[in-house]
Amino acid sequence: MSNQLIINRDIVDNRWTRVVPDAEGGVSVPSEGAILVPYQYWLGHRDELAGREVAICFAPDDEPESLPVDANTFAMIACDFPVFTDGRGFSIGRLLRVRYGFTGELRAVGDVFKDTLNYLARCGFTAFEVRADKDINEAIKGIDDFTEFYQSSVDVPNPLFLRRPVTA
Amino acid sequence: MYIYDDYDQKIVDQRVAQYRDQTRRYLAGELTDDEFRPLRLQNGLYIQRLAPMLRVAIPYGHLRSAQVRKLAELARKYDKGYVHFTTRQNVQYNWPALENVPEMLAELATVQMHGIQTSGACIRNTTSDQFAGVAHDEIVDPRPWCEIIRQWSTFHPEFAHLPRKFKIAVNGAAEDRAAVLVHDIGINVKLNAAGEVGFEIYVGGGLGRTPMIGDLIKPWLEPKHLLTYLNAVLRVYNRYGRRDNKYKARIKILVKAMTPEAFAAKVEQEWAFEKDGPQTLTDAEIARNHRFFTAPAYETLPADDAEFVAAKAANPAFARWVERNVFAHKVPGYAAVTLSLKKTGVPPGDATDAQLDDVANLADRFSFGEVRVSHGQNLILADVKQSQLFALWEEAKRIGFATPNIGLLTDVICCPGGDFCALANAKSIPVAQAIQERFDNLDYLFDLGEIDVNMSGCINACGHHHVGNIGVLGVDKNNAEYYQITLGGRQGADAKIGKVIGPSFAQEEMPDVMSKIIDVFVANREGEERFIDVFDRIGAEPFKAKVYEGKPIRKEKADV
Ligand code: HEM
Ligand code: SF4
Repeated sequence: MSNQLIINRDIVDNRWTRVVPDAEGGVSVPSEGAILVPYQYWLGHRDELAGREVAICFAPDDEPESLPVDANTFAMIACDFPVFTDGRGFSIGRLLRVRYGFTGELRAVGDVFKDTLNYLARCGFTAFEVRADKDINEAIKGIDDFTEFYQSSVDVPNPLFLRRPVTA
Repeated sequence: MYIYDDYDQKIVDQRVAQYRDQTRRYLAGELTDDEFRPLRLQNGLYIQRLAPMLRVAIPYGHLRSAQVRKLAELARKYDKGYVHFTTRQNVQYNWPALENVPEMLAELATVQMHGIQTSGACIRNTTSDQFAGVAHDEIVDPRPWCEIIRQWSTFHPEFAHLPRKFKIAVNGAAEDRAAVLVHDIGINVKLNAAGEVGFEIYVGGGLGRTPMIGDLIKPWLEPKHLLTYLNAVLRVYNRYGRRDNKYKARIKILVKAMTPEAFAAKVEQEWAFEKDGPQTLTDAEIARNHRFFTAPAYETLPADDAEFVAAKAANPAFARWVERNVFAHKVPGYAAVTLSLKKTGVPPGDATDAQLDDVANLADRFSFGEVRVSHGQNLILADVKQSQLFALWEEAKRIGFATPNIGLLTDVICCPGGDFCALANAKSIPVAQAIQERFDNLDYLFDLGEIDVNMSGCINACGHHHVGNIGVLGVDKNNAEYYQITLGGRQGADAKIGKVIGPSFAQEEMPDVMSKIIDVFVANREGEERFIDVFDRIGAEPFKAKVYEGKPIRKEKADV
């Protein structure tokens, strides 16, 4: 598995180990290093994880509303896109940025490839763990598939109608 | 009409480039079928029974003549010389080659057209009243609001992958010609006692497998909040709409499961965060959009043109066409004309490249260069001088677009059905034709008055059969094509879902079944009563009795 990802438009090495439940839902956490764990797992194991470098990963049906601490407690928050057609993570990203003021690294993981990066970036994602079987150098270009947008987004909060010169 | 500036053009051009690259990667094996499918669908490209099918957006049904000519050119160059206008005010090409689609989109972009969000699980092309801006019963012109919604919904990043398709319709007239009650969001633009504009918001209507009438969740929304409120509705749907079952994924299921009251409350809660945010409409933006929909250079004319009145008196055929296909205009001396695409023997909604070129010329000559598409699958010239109606009629006759049947039994709304659509259980075009042939006597048709006949080739209801006064639904029975009849449906402000009357019929029985339904109507009719009014008065029983007379009583589960 390639261990590179895109952060802020650079291709860099991934320093976080993502912990994914096995088929039975069991979670095994490596004993050292920075870990990205499922949000539900973190909720249940906060005490054990205290003191470690931990990031949380929201599943599509997790609710950022339920986060018991300030989002900025985390240096990194990820959202999982098990399939790219599940757009719930877009809303989660947007809520984390706009409603909960999260300023750290917001990472998209899962079914992430060139054709989703533009939308993801506009929902506040700054890091993209591109699927291992896809060409990351090709994928990064997708961020700029569109450079002009009608509606309000995280990266450009003012909709086009506030930016467009108004001609009488 | 809305005209692109550099921003709009850039967005559409970038889409063409993006899609070109996606197609290239797909053909090179870099994108799988499963990856490419949602991407191409959001560009209107289906893979159908016989070939790919490309759906092109016609925002709220408005076209300029140059755009109509481009549609004709593409039909000649990349298709079999015809196009199909749909109940969603869009247009479809039935035979493009997948490799040619990027080029077709590039050509469309030169006339400010595209296939963006004409399919797929995203916010679809917003639809409206085909007589918007000219209707004699208009309260508020819905088009500027449609355009504001168009821009907001185009490539909305948060709502690019919703649980399911999402359709918005806007109506601003006394009569609802946009079918707002059977859309995911239906908007009535209103005026209050103080003369201020506001919106009435319905959510959760829709046809298909589980037909439902929308619920009013916001009786009055101030214009500046339109987009923030829509954002709140969509966010609730995006997060909580079902994704585990495609058949339960539409917003109507969510609204019903939560109850409309709880859904509305959830939206209010969400909206509280959005309200007054950057997406709040400014007066300048509202005014900017209104500037594109100002009246054309109307002349000051008498309310009734003397020559026109004389022509009607002298020529019964012309008078008949005027009665059915000419709609009262709000400006004295003008009229809106419906060109019927429902000539017997032609699939409803089809037009050839030559006809399209002719229509473009008629639009230039008679109607300020504009054409519209109705959800009844007809074309409209919205601003014709009464004094030119006779000349227009003669031209329309020549093209084959002057069948005087708008609103009558042969103005059948019909999906492509088994002839083109991979999802169909049965053909619908031949049944529509058989019905048209059976009722080909114009005098008789006129006597029967208004009857909406809507046909769909399967439960997806693309032909809106649930809201037809007479609905026909193709069903599969032991691998044979059968047709189920619903009666009593209607669209508009008192929209209702029709009821199945009983077991289905074989294709060859359909014209007789129609005749029997009509016979019952005629036998029970008082004066000039409409079909739907007779139905409401006498109920379904007399129709059932006649239609199933002498038939062995078979038990069959209604396939609704
Ligand atoms: C030929 C390819 C087509 C395919 C594969 C297709 C597919 C579908 C599907 C799957 C649905 C059901 C969606 C749902 O209930 O969730 C649907 C509904 C619908 N389609 Fe199509 N359709 C096609 C053509 C058309 C055409 C030609 C029209 C217009 C003439 C149309 C207009 C509609 C409408 C109005 C609905 C009802 C939506 C509602 O209110 O729930 N479709 N279509
Ligand atoms: S109703 Fe069914 S058969 Fe007709 S176009 Fe829609 S999906 Fe196809």
